Amino acid sequence: MNSQSGEPPTMETATTRRGFMEWFSWALLGLGSVAMAIPILGFFLGPILKPRADEWVDFGPLTDFPQNSTRLVDVLNPLRGANDGMTGKVAAYVRRIEGETFQIFSTHCTHLGCPVSWFKESGLYMCPCHGGVYYEDGGHASGPPPRGLYEFEHRVEEDRLMVKLGHLPTLQNPGSAHVSGKNS
Amino acid sequence: MKQAIGKLLWWFEERLELRTSLWTVMRHPIPRDLRTQVGWLYVFGSTAMTLLVLQIVTGIGLGMVYVPSAGEAYESLEHINYNVELGWMLRAIHNWSANGMVVLVVVHMTQVFLMGAYKYPRELTWMIGVVLFLLTLGMAFTGQVLRWDADSYWGLGVGVAMVGRIPYIGPELVELMLGGPTVGADTLSRFFALHVFVMPGLLFASLTVHLYLVIRKGISEPPKPDELVDPETYVEKYEEKLKTGDPFFPDVFLRDAAFIGLTLLVIVGMSAILGPDGPGAPPDPTLLAVEPLPDWYFLPAFAVLALSPPSLETGIILIAPVIIVAIMFLFPVFAGKGQRSPRRRPVAVLIVIGCFLSYCVLWQLGVQEPWSPHMTAWSGVPVPTHMIKGRSPKELQGAAILQEKTCRNCHALDGQGGQRGPDLTVVATRLTRDQLIRQVVQGGGNMPAYGKELNRFEVEALVSFLETLKPEGYASAEASVVTDRAD
Repeated sequence: MNSQSGEPPTMETATTRRGFMEWFSWALLGLGSVAMAIPILGFFLGPILKPRADEWVDFGPLTDFPQNSTRLVDVLNPLRGANDGMTGKVAAYVRRIEGETFQIFSTHCTHLGCPVSWFKESGLYMCPCHGGVYYEDGGHASGPPPRGLYEFEHRVEEDRLMVKLGHLPTLQNPGSAHVSGKNS
Repeated sequence: MKQAIGKLLWWFEERLELRTSLWTVMRHPIPRDLRTQVGWLYVFGSTAMTLLVLQIVTGIGLGMVYVPSAGEAYESLEHINYNVELGWMLRAIHNWSANGMVVLVVVHMTQVFLMGAYKYPRELTWMIGVVLFLLTLGMAFTGQVLRWDADSYWGLGVGVAMVGRIPYIGPELVELMLGGPTVGADTLSRFFALHVFVMPGLLFASLTVHLYLVIRKGISEPPKPDELVDPETYVEKYEEKLKTGDPFFPDVFLRDAAFIGLTLLVIVGMSAILGPDGPGAPPDPTLLAVEPLPDWYFLPAFAVLALSPPSLETGIILIAPVIIVAIMFLFPVFAGKGQRSPRRRPVAVLIVIGCFLSYCVLWQLGVQEPWSPHMTAWSGVPVPTHMIKGRSPKELQGAAILQEKTCRNCHALDGQGGQRGPDLTVVATRLTRDQLIRQVVQGGGNMPAYGKELNRFEVEALVSFLETLKPEGYASAEASVVTDRAD
């Protein structure tokens, strides 16, 4: 390099230049990797980075629900995706106590999420998996469930029953009637 | 001609040098002791590996027809079963081979454990083996999810309920697992990615290390009582044995070949006779008259979840698996020396017997599900005629109420009906009239209170029927209590 001028490169300039190239190469690799990792990680964490809140769904006119009775209602899940097919449906038990007083229950057992069936004859919900049983008002009657049935928030709008639901309720993220956080 | 082929082969050999690489590995020496019948215990690992290859082959086939979309997966499975030429057979083979793989991996692990083959210098081989075992179970669970039917749908619900119990980050993990707030297309697709890309990749990577270790460290010689494993001398002794060893291929491999062949025949036979597994009821969240069950190998876990006391349950779900895996994984670190023969390791033998016994007992309970209400018993199981013959109208009314109010879902008569609560066949010899009324109205133990569901006439009728439930000639509970008091 400097041989024409007859002076060999000093150790210092050489190490500085090489040192800079080394440092620069590592930095470039690091920068590129981080730049690439951000969108990829973001994609994988997508479901928690952009959580979707429950939405209000029309459950039909009040006249569909006789006083003092419980019935199962099927609706389309407001949070369903384009390719969800039949899994985009959701069911909930609607109990009309009287007037505009309702209780809307999730069909998922609070023990481990199995489907509970309503028996109007005995006024009980029974779970086929591990024997969880609930009363008509959703309270725990027997078996391993740690709490009563999950409930959804509801309101009456122009004589129609509106229910707020969407996410799959779990113990720490129960139905909309119990949470005021991100899913409500 | 012959010369030309020879020349061609030599052209490849010159470049690949397989004679000094692959062929040497194929011919690696195996201790002579395997020549006796004990050698038959060494065939399970290679057979499990063969089934993995079979899973890949059949999996590729299914992957060419299966549609991993929540809206279409169920129909595509039916399409494979009924329309695709031999599709049912391929699904059956994939299923039965998967079952076989779970069984063989467990048998292989048991054999390695009992024969102390995990001890020095093969500790790491065992540890990677534990990883392979867990990946096999992971493949089994994710594969079950791809069978996108009601069991799959509600099975995911159970998984979600468990993950959701993890403190603090439970809800976030649930959304990551499902790919959104609820079970749907994104859920199926990510389980598809796990089952088809991630887990097979990890399986093959781990298997490569496992095989590398098996070949580098050699197959363990059959253990002899009081021949202790001492890291100072073991390798030297083992290498001495190899000097008189037999080449793996083809000599030792013959047994593997025979067992692999037999296994393949059994799987083809089972597939042809038993057919594919499902899909069962469609994965429709609004069809609630289903009784979701995991595949058979997870039934003991299902039983544990029903039987564990509620206060310990979250701990059992979240902590017990970690402890069990940690013990399995680290076992050779703490027991990597000394005796190898099961004749000198009674504790090891007891551990194996204990594990298998508890597994079988829990499995049996999982099949019977005595803790679950029989959801159709109230309308489908008759009252035995001898219990209603000659009864008064009021007692008959009570029998009808017992049926109508779904009591039979939990209570059996003559052994028929639910087993959740006690069998009522001779209940009158156990409970007095007052106790019966109190139990019906207030519930208690594990029974719901029926006070609000029955008016007093119904309670009266029901109890008068229950009072008749005792063998002929036996005193009712009330009478004996009165005598007790008189004493």
